[in-house]
Amino acid sequence: MEHSAWLTGSLIYLGAAVLAVPLARYLKLGSIIGYLGAGILIGPWGLKLVTRPEDMLQFAEFGVVLMLFLVGLELEPQRLWSLRKPIFGWGSVQLFGSTLLLALGALACGIDWRLAVVAALGLAMSSTAIGLGVLAERNVMATTSGEAILSVALLQDIAAIPILALVPFLAAGVGSEGGAGWLGAAKAIGTIAVIILGGRLLLRPALRWIANSETPEIFTAAALLLVVATAALMNAVGLSMALGAFLAGVLLAESEYRRELETDIEPFKGLLLGLFFIAVGMSIDFAVVMAQPLLIAAAVAGFLVIKAGVLWAMARTMPIPQLERPVFVILLAQGGEFGFVVFQTAALAGVISAPVSSFLVAAVTISMLLTPLLLFAADRWWIPFLAGGKRQIEEIKEPQHEPVIIAGFGRYGQIVGRMLFANGVKPTVLDHDAEQIEAMRRFGWRVFYGDATRLDLMRTAGADKARVIVVAIDDIEQSIDCVKMIRANFANATIVARARNVQHYYELYELGVTLVERETLDSALMSARSTLEVLGWQPHRARNLALRFRRHNVAQLAAIAPHRKDEARLIAAAKQGRQQLEELFAIERQQAAERQARAGWSGTTDP
Amino acid sequence: MATTDPPAAPVDPSAPADAEILVIVAHPELEQSRANRRLLQSARALQDRSPPGRLAVRDLYALYPDYLIDIAVEQAALKAARLVVWQQPIRWYSMPPLLKLWVDDVLTFGWAYGPDGTHLRGKDLWLVASTGGPEDSYRPDSYNRYFFDAFLPPYEQTAALCGMRFLPPLVLHGAHKASEAELAAHAQAYVQRLADYPVWPEIDLVEDCVECAVPPSARPTDRVMEAA
Repeated sequence: MEHSAWLTGSLIYLGAAVLAVPLARYLKLGSIIGYLGAGILIGPWGLKLVTRPEDMLQFAEFGVVLMLFLVGLELEPQRLWSLRKPIFGWGSVQLFGSTLLLALGALACGIDWRLAVVAALGLAMSSTAIGLGVLAERNVMATTSGEAILSVALLQDIAAIPILALVPFLAAGVGSEGGAGWLGAAKAIGTIAVIILGGRLLLRPALRWIANSETPEIFTAAALLLVVATAALMNAVGLSMALGAFLAGVLLAESEYRRELETDIEPFKGLLLGLFFIAVGMSIDFAVVMAQPLLIAAAVAGFLVIKAGVLWAMARTMPIPQLERPVFVILLAQGGEFGFVVFQTAALAGVISAPVSSFLVAAVTISMLLTPLLLFAADRWWIPFLAGGKRQIEEIKEPQHEPVIIAGFGRYGQIVGRMLFANGVKPTVLDHDAEQIEAMRRFGWRVFYGDATRLDLMRTAGADKARVIVVAIDDIEQSIDCVKMIRANFANATIVARARNVQHYYELYELGVTLVERETLDSALMSARSTLEVLGWQPHRARNLALRFRRHNVAQLAAIAPHRKDEARLIAAAKQGRQQLEELFAIERQQAAERQARAGWSGTTDP
Repeated sequence: MATTDPPAAPVDPSAPADAEILVIVAHPELEQSRANRRLLQSARALQDRSPPGRLAVRDLYALYPDYLIDIAVEQAALKAARLVVWQQPIRWYSMPPLLKLWVDDVLTFGWAYGPDGTHLRGKDLWLVASTGGPEDSYRPDSYNRYFFDAFLPPYEQTAALCGMRFLPPLVLHGAHKASEAELAAHAQAYVQRLADYPVWPEIDLVEDCVECAVPPSARPTDRVMEAA
């Protein structure tokens, strides 16, 4: 019986997701709306295939935890530190500004002050899952608006803790429990200290030890265990699980296992997050909505407008580039998962009544459902309207037929492109940074706007006829995605790729790309040449040495490729290679000196 | 400028170079060449038809676009060969710069000549060259002022110093203006020679190499050699 329930459940969830998500993506609505739609479809108000969405919601919230871990992995501690101002400054402006305005609005409507405060606090929170999920889906985490959204989301995660602790005190007659509060705070700080210290001192050796066992599934298990353990620890002392996972991620952002952890966690995150959205879709209580359709519509519209107003004002003053503002506003305007918890806590403490709580939860859920739709509308009308004054940037539409495509037209792609143009080759150039494209177009370059990891855009760019596709994208992950897509769909094109670093180089190599250049190698070698020349080496001698260093270095990379995941052996092999080259050069210097001595030369030897 | 022809074949420096006949091709602007490109293609085609270990073609300008010759690989290829072919256009009465660098870098003292420099002893060297000027320009009364043979001693002596027999060169004069039929006949003769080697009608008439022993004290000092 147990088994069959589990099986039926999986069947329903997976089936609904597999049907709804591709459909939503096909309609260009994004996967989130697909999941939400699937949830409504199978939920108590749709086909009634699932009747208790709350259980699923709790389980699937872990998807948000995993997501925050992954976001943390992308953020080195120094970068997080540099974000402290946006987080505490702008994050607080958003949260408390919205809360204040929402509460005043509610009071103005004649609502009891306690309810007004609870509702304002809960509604001011945004959905991390939607915000960061959309950012990841669109590959815009690294933009100004992306960082701003992350900052606000992080502050909400931090602020959620005191808010949840304070909400019960709003109930009349509950005395203060100062002692417990102090104890709780001490515990919380202690736990964070444990995570930071443990992360710094223990995690890396532990992961190395596990990686050495060379059992991939155990590494995956360890990665999951790490997140679960951190989350459990935080949960035990009443802190946000997601915040803990985020911290753990940041601490591992500099470790050599970052990429592996990412790849291992990614699918779990994706599925659980999907499940989370399905659960949100299922938990929309249409009975509440149907009972007071106008009131709920007014409530949703009201709080969205107030929050959007605060966000728009922030976007103007921060400032966020004009074309990114709609996304920033829409991604933070909706209510979120913390809202659910705030209302639940408040209802339990008796601050608000159960019907009011479900009313508010319904409002939040509907706002979440609206977000992808608003985003779709913004992409369609709002952003083009904002861009209207200037030349409108449209995605590449006309099919192109040039023999060369350059994907990514930043510092690297530009040089490649200029050299090609100078030789009469006109490449089709794709980039996905609107500002960059504007700038390039001012210089007379014909650059198309488009995400080079998208199959349809690549096809329009003429990838099926192109002889060469230059992948000059600076983001490692996107570069890999792009290469995979090209390999799978345009096997005839030769790929010429830019590698950010050695790991990236290896990943490209393993995908079958042989024409890979590390972006800093050659310029660094030129600097080495200049240095030798200043020290007295003959320029031509310096050139030969640099070229030979390069040849040796590239051969060395190939030789140590098999050990690239084993740091200890990698270091040993690299040391050995360096030694070989040093010895070789030393022997040659020695021989040259001997030859010159034999020949009775009076000329100077190499310095 | 329109894009030129694609390179004939991607260069694979790791392709096996050990063969009985080693064809060293050096042409700095192969894409503009008529004769040498034709010859290279013919030699490559023969290489594909031949059993492994019979013929290896090495296009120096494709292998070493940065002029950084892999000396160890080149010496190993020479060691395995019985016949070494230099296929080149004549440039300023001499060889193209990369081939000259190859000679400087690869045919080193103590390896190719001088004490213990016996690795090339008894091998054959065959020059296959083209000139831009027609044959009758290589006359005392024309602008090249000398018969073509007058420019060959450096080649002959390079072979002799290494203990190699210098076979009669195959030269195509007036390569710019050669007709399609002439080019085809020339390529055919070239490939035939490669295929027949060492059974050439006149090969027994070629004199054995003159012995040129270099005393150990005679060290050339012009450049610092790289002993990779």
